Amino acid sequence: MIELFGVPLPALMGQLMLGLVNGSFYAMMSLGLAVIFGMLNIINFAHGALYMAGAFLAWMGMTYWEISYWWALILVPLALCVVGVIIERAFLQWLYKLDHLYGLLLTFGLALIIEGLFRDQYGVSGQPYPIPEELSGALNLGFMFLPKYRAWVIVASLLVCFATWFTIEKTRLGSYLRAATENPKLTQAFGINVPLMVMLTYGLGVALAGLAGVLAAPALQVNPLMGSNLIIAVFAVVVIGGMGSIFGSIVTGLGLGMIEGITKVFYPEISSTVVFIIMAIVLFIRPAGLFGREK
Amino acid sequence: MKTKRISLAVATAVAAFATGAAQAQVSDNVVRIGVLTDMSGAYSDLAGQGTVVAANMAVEDFIAKQKPNFKIEVVSADHQNKGDIASNKAREWFDRDKVDIVTELVTTSTALAVQKVAKEKNKLVLMSGPASTRITNEDCNDVTVHWTYDTYAVANGTAKAVTKQGGKTWFFLTADYAFGHSLEKDATDVVNGNGGKVLGSVRHPFPGSDFSSYLLKAQASGAQVIGLANAGTDTTNSIKQAAEFGITPKQSLAGLLMFITDIHSLGLKSTQGMYLTEGFYWDLNEETRAWSKRFFERHKRMPTMVQAGEYSSVLHYLNAVKAAGTDDTQKVMAQMKKTPVNDFFAKNGKIREDGRMVHDMYLLQVKKPEESKYPWDYYNVRATIPAAEAFQPLALSKCPLVKK
Repeated sequence: MIELFGVPLPALMGQLMLGLVNGSFYAMMSLGLAVIFGMLNIINFAHGALYMAGAFLAWMGMTYWEISYWWALILVPLALCVVGVIIERAFLQWLYKLDHLYGLLLTFGLALIIEGLFRDQYGVSGQPYPIPEELSGALNLGFMFLPKYRAWVIVASLLVCFATWFTIEKTRLGSYLRAATENPKLTQAFGINVPLMVMLTYGLGVALAGLAGVLAAPALQVNPLMGSNLIIAVFAVVVIGGMGSIFGSIVTGLGLGMIEGITKVFYPEISSTVVFIIMAIVLFIRPAGLFGREK
Repeated sequence: MKTKRISLAVATAVAAFATGAAQAQVSDNVVRIGVLTDMSGAYSDLAGQGTVVAANMAVEDFIAKQKPNFKIEVVSADHQNKGDIASNKAREWFDRDKVDIVTELVTTSTALAVQKVAKEKNKLVLMSGPASTRITNEDCNDVTVHWTYDTYAVANGTAKAVTKQGGKTWFFLTADYAFGHSLEKDATDVVNGNGGKVLGSVRHPFPGSDFSSYLLKAQASGAQVIGLANAGTDTTNSIKQAAEFGITPKQSLAGLLMFITDIHSLGLKSTQGMYLTEGFYWDLNEETRAWSKRFFERHKRMPTMVQAGEYSSVLHYLNAVKAAGTDDTQKVMAQMKKTPVNDFFAKNGKIREDGRMVHDMYLLQVKKPEESKYPWDYYNVRATIPAAEAFQPLALSKCPLVKK
């Protein structure tokens, strides 16, 4: 058997594959954060809690109203988009002119409240969400058995990431959005409703978190702490990628997932720390992140 | 005038002396019990608020039955599974808030930290939640009692049963902190001692959420049994993901430390047939059912062994304070060690010189979904492990307090 650094190649490939799955979640989450930060200048600490809420909504839908996984994939992001719009209108719109810190504190508070509500209601042990029939079973890739569901996560997240990137960078709507961030007053003067754009952007970012939550539900126990377990690493991803850089957050998310995967082969004990080590190094060399622009 | 002043002074002195005498027994006439636990993290279901409920039930039952002449207060705090937070809180409680005893302490790292503070302040600690055998071995002291279970007891029950049933080769998935290491070590000894072999292990950061990488390693090892030396949400996620990767049922899983809340959360379908060892199950007999139903009314969940053990330990402590007529640390400890523990949780339980409370443990097997007849009907009791066999024998103890 071929070996690489004393590890059989198939094992290494397997871990890379799993890293890619985790990276998909990082990418989707950090993408939402990047969009929100890029357009609203808000460091959305509630992102993890909203991701958890997405998973819980999927579970509640299935348990109480028999809504299938596939419907949840559509309905949950929509529902969370509405939640996002309400949050933006009720709280965030008053903070744009203030220091970043205020947005961070507000969203952090929201995260604690949302998490606390679910914890109070459901406890931390979590709820089981079954893998949909169509995606149960595994694919034999030669070097590993990859559960079909995990393969689907990679595909779905790549599609979503591409669609978001395309919308923002290549479409007319995206160009309005970018203009509205660059110079809101001038954009408004051209007759574009900037507050509406900003509100929808936050809704979109939150919907992305919700979608990630639905995708995570069958792979993990649906549990009120799942957001806070993820969010810190995701913030590190955003910082490494460069705050607000959409392309950067996608690439960094996938890349760091894979680096974490390899760490799990060679030295599993630091697998949860490696992201932060990389963050420290990157900040040292490029303070604006790998793909960020210095302002 | 002069006599009046003198008599007033004498009266005051007498009064002071009288109340002083009455209060000399229990310091400031209040016994304060601190419940220091995980209120919000990975272990808050198996311990958490439920242990506060249990402690309060113990206090109420004690007052109703014994009508003590001192007051009792229960205070609680969240240690967030962090040793430094736990020891700071304990210090604050002892120094400022006149707390007499700290209880619960799920998560070994918090237990080890508070144990040291308590020794320094000469205050008692009763531990229901933590698991490591270090508490009554290398780190043992004369102010600590380890009540409900430990890694030796659970590994001994489950690993022995599984190895004897033919699960000869093992691979461990271990939470990377004191508790996981202790559990892995104790289980390894049991596997080796029963003719099995350990092929390897992998240590994961605590808490984790994705275990697929480690499971893949376990799968590649080809071991018949994957021993889960972790707890709480780490265990439930490991079990769920093992099924996803097709590891079970080809290889079997052994949850070395599992609680009824884990089974409740995963459901019987994915846990059926698993062996586990617990110090308590609500559905053992009339007495356990009666208490557990009272608990359920307040907490809306059936008690875990940690919560039942919390009640038992607090009640035993209060009875000892009453019997000794004081809350002096060493006198109460002597009284607790002298008296056998007899309640719904333990029959003829005994606190040994190393601080270990030994009592019967139960080897349980998770029921098939069709066997479960009512809510929380989850286990078949496969064996009762007598107290003398369940825990690490004193002959193997590393505790300096044990005279050999």
